[in-house]
Amino acid sequence: MLKALGYFIELLKGTGITARHFVVNMWFHTVNLVGIKTKRKGAVTIQYPEQKKELAARHRSLHRLMKREDGKPRCVACMLCATVCPAECIYIEAAEDPDLEIQKYPSIFVIDLKRCCFCGFCVEACPEDAIRMDTAKIDLAQTTPEDLVFGLDKLLK
Amino acid sequence: MTDIGILLIKIVLALVWFLVLTLYLTWAERKESAVIQDRIGANRASIFGIRILGLFQPFADAIKMIFKEDFVPVFSRKFLHTLAPFLSFFFVAITIAAIPFGDDIRIAGKTISLQIFDANIGLLFVLAMLSLGIYGIILSGWASNNRFALLGSIRGAAQLISYEVALGLSLVGLIMVYPSLRLSEIVRAQGSLLLGFFPAWGVFLQPLGFIIFLFAALAETKRVPFDLPEGESEIIGFFAEYGGLKWGLFMMTDFMEIIIVSALLTTLFFGGWQVPWLSTAGFEFPWGWKWHLGPWLVTALEVAAFNIKVFIFCWLQILIRWTYPRLRYDQLMDLGWKLLVPLSLLNILGTAIVMSL
Ligand code: SF4
Ligand code: SF4
Repeated sequence: MLKALGYFIELLKGTGITARHFVVNMWFHTVNLVGIKTKRKGAVTIQYPEQKKELAARHRSLHRLMKREDGKPRCVACMLCATVCPAECIYIEAAEDPDLEIQKYPSIFVIDLKRCCFCGFCVEACPEDAIRMDTAKIDLAQTTPEDLVFGLDKLLK
Repeated sequence: MTDIGILLIKIVLALVWFLVLTLYLTWAERKESAVIQDRIGANRASIFGIRILGLFQPFADAIKMIFKEDFVPVFSRKFLHTLAPFLSFFFVAITIAAIPFGDDIRIAGKTISLQIFDANIGLLFVLAMLSLGIYGIILSGWASNNRFALLGSIRGAAQLISYEVALGLSLVGLIMVYPSLRLSEIVRAQGSLLLGFFPAWGVFLQPLGFIIFLFAALAETKRVPFDLPEGESEIIGFFAEYGGLKWGLFMMTDFMEIIIVSALLTTLFFGGWQVPWLSTAGFEFPWGWKWHLGPWLVTALEVAAFNIKVFIFCWLQILIRWTYPRLRYDQLMDLGWKLLVPLSLLNILGTAIVMSL
């Protein structure tokens, strides 16, 4: 019986906590609704498509391939990114470049975003700093799977 | 003829009140839980881009449910499977008939009580209908032919039967204090004053009875601290094989039970439509002030008071639902049989002793 009374007090305490949250948040909601600006808001919600949170400086988003000064891809088709990629979603076909300094360039460079897990290993593996994930594009959903296979044309944009 | 007309109007009005409140209780539940958890809650449902705090959400939900596939599994018993949700819905919807919304009103020399069915066993009627609701649950579990649904319905039946005992016993003290089972008379009796200034509400005369009734009634609504029949994290519950509108009926039954429990708590323990110190002529404060009000204003105040009390209890029940984790099954049975039933017997004994003094 005494134990039950103890539980009962704890129950009341718990209700007190949720009730406090309700009252405090409701107060800020009401105050904001009538137009008074407060530093604290009634909810921590971010209304996503309209309101966007600022991305962190070291976030990882859609990949892009860097270009040289003359517009050709900086990538030398060394296959390091394709090797390190845990999702095996990078496919590269190398071709010979007439410039002896460069020697190779990717004739086909495909990232299959359906499989990419956005780990960022490809960026870290690249010796030429040719691939980066800093486009700030995070809403990548598409209606067909083919649209998620990014080739050279899209990656170089 | 006019009598039947009045009765029909009353039934329609009461059902509209009940269903609209049920519809918006789903909205209130989502919003209240959101506010409790520092969120905003459903606010995107819109008509032509207008979205007033998501007030159209219940309609969006209703439309979604109506157009969902009405799926009946091949292994179920078709007739009983279809009957079950309607049965549980019906037995809850019918209880509204016995709830008094306000004092009698007079139109053209006719006295009309704001209650559909003023039976002298009103309280028993409500309790009986609420317990008949179990049949919907048992039937749904049985007819689904699914062991998880059956588990849920067995749990539900065991839980409801256990708490039925405490629920009934907790009200015996109340019936002793206001010697009547007629809900309108219980409400009228609560209009008198204790010691000349204190409203004689049930909660002041039967505090222990109120707490036991609250717990037992919460168990009757089968919502979270007592949601063993549903148990969504383990067995999905008695409506595992339901979808679309039939599932919606079960959900509506849940919300209607909240409203009925709130209405019962209001009627039995918080003076129903009584406003403290308000009589048919207007306010008469115990310290001698008088404030005359017209009969229509008085009726409006009373109905408003009833509604506000019901809203407060709905709010409280949603708060409780979003505060506590679920009880384990043995804890549930312990609470019912080892705590609430003895306490309610004690309450009857105490009431009897005090009354015989
Ligand atoms: S981010 Fe990770 S998974 Fe995606 S392409 Fe780069 S290495 Fe592969
Ligand atoms: S690691 Fe860099 S240079 Fe090597 S193939 Fe990948 S993108 Fe090209």
